Amino acid sequence: MTLAIDNGDPANALPRRIGWVGARRALSYHLFRYRRTWRGTVVISIVNPLLFLLAIGLGLGRVVGNHAPTLHGTSYLAFFAPGMLAAAAMQNGIIESAFPVSRATAPGGSYAVAKTTPLDPTDIMIGHLLFMALRIAMSATAFVAIMVALGATRSLSVLLTIPAATLTGLAFAAPTAAWAARAANPEAVGKLFKWVVMPLYLFSGTFFPVRQLPPVLRDLAYATPLWHGVQLCRSLSMGTATLGAALGHAAYLAGLFVVGIVLARHAYRRRLYV
Amino acid sequence: MDDGLFCSCVILRLYCLISRDICNRAVLVANLAPVTALVEARGLVKVYAPKDRKSEPFTAVDGIDFTLHRGEVFGFLGPNGAGKSSTMRMLSCVSPVTGGTISILGMDAATDGRAIRSRLGVVAQDDALDNELTVRENLLIYGLYFGLSKAVASERASELLQFAQLEERAADRVSALSGGMRRRLSIARSLLNRPDVLLLDEPTTGLDPQARHILWDKLYQLKQQGVTLVLTTHYMDEAEQLCDRLVVMHKGKIVAEGSPRQLIEAYASREVLELRFAVTAEAAPADKIREADLCHRLEVLPGRLVCSTDDGERTLAGAHRLGIRPDSAIVRRSSLEDVFLSLTGRSLVD
Repeated sequence: MTLAIDNGDPANALPRRIGWVGARRALSYHLFRYRRTWRGTVVISIVNPLLFLLAIGLGLGRVVGNHAPTLHGTSYLAFFAPGMLAAAAMQNGIIESAFPVSRATAPGGSYAVAKTTPLDPTDIMIGHLLFMALRIAMSATAFVAIMVALGATRSLSVLLTIPAATLTGLAFAAPTAAWAARAANPEAVGKLFKWVVMPLYLFSGTFFPVRQLPPVLRDLAYATPLWHGVQLCRSLSMGTATLGAALGHAAYLAGLFVVGIVLARHAYRRRLYV
Repeated sequence: MDDGLFCSCVILRLYCLISRDICNRAVLVANLAPVTALVEARGLVKVYAPKDRKSEPFTAVDGIDFTLHRGEVFGFLGPNGAGKSSTMRMLSCVSPVTGGTISILGMDAATDGRAIRSRLGVVAQDDALDNELTVRENLLIYGLYFGLSKAVASERASELLQFAQLEERAADRVSALSGGMRRRLSIARSLLNRPDVLLLDEPTTGLDPQARHILWDKLYQLKQQGVTLVLTTHYMDEAEQLCDRLVVMHKGKIVAEGSPRQLIEAYASREVLELRFAVTAEAAPADKIREADLCHRLEVLPGRLVCSTDDGERTLAGAHRLGIRPDSAIVRRSSLEDVFLSLTGRSLVD
């Protein structure tokens, strides 16, 4: 048995510029872990949004009926479901980034191990974000399948809500990862949910059109990323999307995602390379 | 240019394009050839930025030089805060140097961190194991970072579990392991990429005596296989047991360097007499011993006097004649602790 040096070793075969190789390796780490631990994630990322969909869409939807003037004759379920899809994607984006990144950067966390391997902080960050994207997309796919089954969609373009919801989730996940890599404090994560996630959930057009809000609140809602995610998903699901508006919403979300990546890149480097 | 030469250059280039791996390895080997030292640090400095506006920048490592050779066990001995861990982090290429240079395996730590890290094994103070995975899975998942195939990672995991005496625990969750087992698993993991150099930061801190001895055996086994080990410790017995060569660090500087035996010969006398008193006792016995010139050097520590001498029994008899009545007296051979005491005037473990 030799445990010692072996320079012809596959582990040592590493070109100086490895591009995506490092990120792919970091992603494979998360996938390996997920295969062992996925059961615990199903309830919060899929079952909870589904219960919301059923309770609000079918329950409250019956109360609202089809004739509320702001709904233009569509059912409340058809109006609410794509909004919920976007809001759930936001929540999943934050759940998948805030806690895991905070844990991974804490002393004894998984990043401490990863950084001593050929991976650099950017590989570690990109790999983790790729995994988050996958998780958000998985939950969104399950959600859209149920929407279709319940007859809550009106256009084939509903299939595009899966990438749209994933983009919405990532627009939150990337800045949250940047923040969590710095803060690394479980209490701070709790505050994020109380002060950011909850108000956005309620006032970004998930449950009702923001047009009916007072002008100040309405303009504020237009500025929130979740409103853009909700509008994008809703227009795709209802078949009312126009190319210009859809691109506008997507650009806003993509912009936030890119800003998040730039911040995260900086935060990871500072935190991991002390 | 000669046509033949031109052709072979083109072919070589093409070959490099096709197989960057092989080419890079050839470059690595070429880089290594003229270098005899495995690690060479010159004028190494680490200054941490102030945490807030009120605090000052902190100089953890203050201009140190050292050279490591292949196959040796090299130690950094010093108390907490001496700069050992900072030095280790710079050696692992996860902490940019503030000043000076480190060359590892013929590469520059500042620019080739990735390539260097692929050939290092790092065992940190906190084991950073994944409690939700099993013992074996903790090894397999680490192989992914190095791009090891499933078959290779699995074969090595089995070898390393045997080495770490954890075969029977392979399917258990890591959370069920004792501290000693966790540390052995952490070392096994760091060997998965068959590193040229293994860096261990305080490998036995927090372990019970039995677990420490098992770990020393394991590290000794690695040394015999030719793995270069670099470790930090504040236990002198550990440094004496394991290290071929060590440096003593104090306040970010290297204050002495050599083999344990050389250091003891250079900085300590043959024997040491320790006299213990109640902590409240006054300093009078120290003055008496000094006046009578009973020993080469006398250190006054809380509750004890440490006398360096050539003959401990004779010094003790001399102290008795002066009317000194300690609670207890021990005569022993000098150790690295005494070296440290004479170099810095303070004890290793406060």
